[in-house]
Amino acid sequence: MYDTIIIGAGMSGLAAGIRLAYFDRKVCIVERHNTVGGLNSFYRLGGRDYDVGLHAITNFTERGAKRGPLARLLRQLRFRWEDFALAPQRESAVVFPGVTLRFGNQGALLESEVARAFPREVDGYRRLIEQLVDYDDLETDQFTHSARERIEAFIGDPLLREMLLCPLMWYGNAREHDMDWGQFCIMFRSIFLEGLARPHRGVRLILKNLVRRYREVGGELRLRAGVARMAVEQGRVTGVVLDSGERLEGRHVLSSAGWVETMRLCGPERSLPTDRAGRLSFVETMSVLDRRPERIGHGRTIVFFNDSPRFHWRKPEDELCDPRTGVICSPDNFEYGDTADAAAGGMIRITTLANYDRWSSLDDDAYRRQKMRWFDRIAESAVRFMPDYRRHVVATDMFTPKTIHRFTRHENGTVYGSPTKQLDGRTHLSNLYICGTDQGYVGIVGAIMSGISIANRHLLRDGSA
Amino acid sequence: MTAAEIREEILDILSDIAPDEDLSGLEDGVAFRDQLELDSMDFLDIVMELRKRHRIQIPEEDYGALASMASTVEYLTPRMKDMERA
Repeated sequence: MYDTIIIGAGMSGLAAGIRLAYFDRKVCIVERHNTVGGLNSFYRLGGRDYDVGLHAITNFTERGAKRGPLARLLRQLRFRWEDFALAPQRESAVVFPGVTLRFGNQGALLESEVARAFPREVDGYRRLIEQLVDYDDLETDQFTHSARERIEAFIGDPLLREMLLCPLMWYGNAREHDMDWGQFCIMFRSIFLEGLARPHRGVRLILKNLVRRYREVGGELRLRAGVARMAVEQGRVTGVVLDSGERLEGRHVLSSAGWVETMRLCGPERSLPTDRAGRLSFVETMSVLDRRPERIGHGRTIVFFNDSPRFHWRKPEDELCDPRTGVICSPDNFEYGDTADAAAGGMIRITTLANYDRWSSLDDDAYRRQKMRWFDRIAESAVRFMPDYRRHVVATDMFTPKTIHRFTRHENGTVYGSPTKQLDGRTHLSNLYICGTDQGYVGIVGAIMSGISIANRHLLRDGSA
Repeated sequence: MTAAEIREEILDILSDIAPDEDLSGLEDGVAFRDQLELDSMDFLDIVMELRKRHRIQIPEEDYGALASMASTVEYLTPRMKDMERA
């Protein structure tokens, strides 16, 4: 009998598992896939390392910082700052037609860019920051207000509003077109005020640390152990039944499978329309270059681009992808210092919006053909906003909504999950909770904080053992 | 444990929870909250570390007693007087 069974060995499940096992709870994480990470994973192909998910870790604070989500999660999991080996970004940019706003890990750069490109808006911009710095994550009644409406009160120029929304939506907005005010505040602080960083070895370093710590404190991890359904008796979950038919008993179950996905595990009577799981999915192209991107004149860490004054954040209905907007991530362009091998090649990753239904309904041949076709179209779109890197490409790979679904089992291949978040982590069953993307925090730091906070709030109180 | 040993134990817990804090100048009569960068999650960890290390159950209504070092030691002394320091 376990104290808690955790479904999913992604960032949130592992973080929750560490908290619980550290405080002597008997914990088992069950993961359907043959590896950990969920949405944030990694693989090796043709002798090269690839990351899935991670572009950059948000909420960066320097060593010794005591405030902010990063410092908090390190304390909660008993990690040292050095364990994550975070290298800060160089400089990133939001690029719209005719206007570029640069930003870095000091909020001052973006503020000066706003003052330069939108001189009449800078006072409003400062007032907006004052407002969102004070936003309390726990004010749940304000969370779902329209961010678009709220920021109109501060920023008059629609172009600046779109340019500020673009990176924040790209890095964590499950809602189409608009964004929850709470999510906007959290994302604004994590990206524009705190900033971006990455371990040189990528997401694998973070995952390895989490797994190592989890095992050290006595947690049990079972891979290739998919959950077929919850065992429910008289309004309580009593455990899970695995695909193999094996039954695990637990006093509590914490699911990071997603809200719709978790409800489905509770039985057909709890099933929800799959659209409730969210509609936004992505493709990402990965190009290995024969040289570092800075050698072709590309020194920026992340570029968020949009090719018209209006930012379109919707599922593409008529096409497989919508490359009008995208994110160009250059994992080489972080300040790694001596750890990086300057002679090595480089990598360019480009993400655009995609339609899960269309990608998943293609037969194998068409799927391969469409991947090649869109790989080229996406590159073509991106080189309008960065130097043309295409003749330096030596290897490529690409993931689609179908890939995301295969790794995460998230309906519709969503990355940011359902537009409706379950901030308190509760479900209709008193001892079944959810964490991860659908609880409300997104990104790597967000997912880890989600696991920690739900474990603290519901599973570590006295009497819950 | 004596009151002095309990104080040492609390310092040990604090240095575990907040390795970056300098605890040498901690004033016993002043609330932790006013001199350390600890949030509510960290306070919960003091309670849970006490439980993990010493099997002491602190009911939620008593959390207020853990506001400062002086009040924490005072609260814990009768509860820990028969324990040995590990």
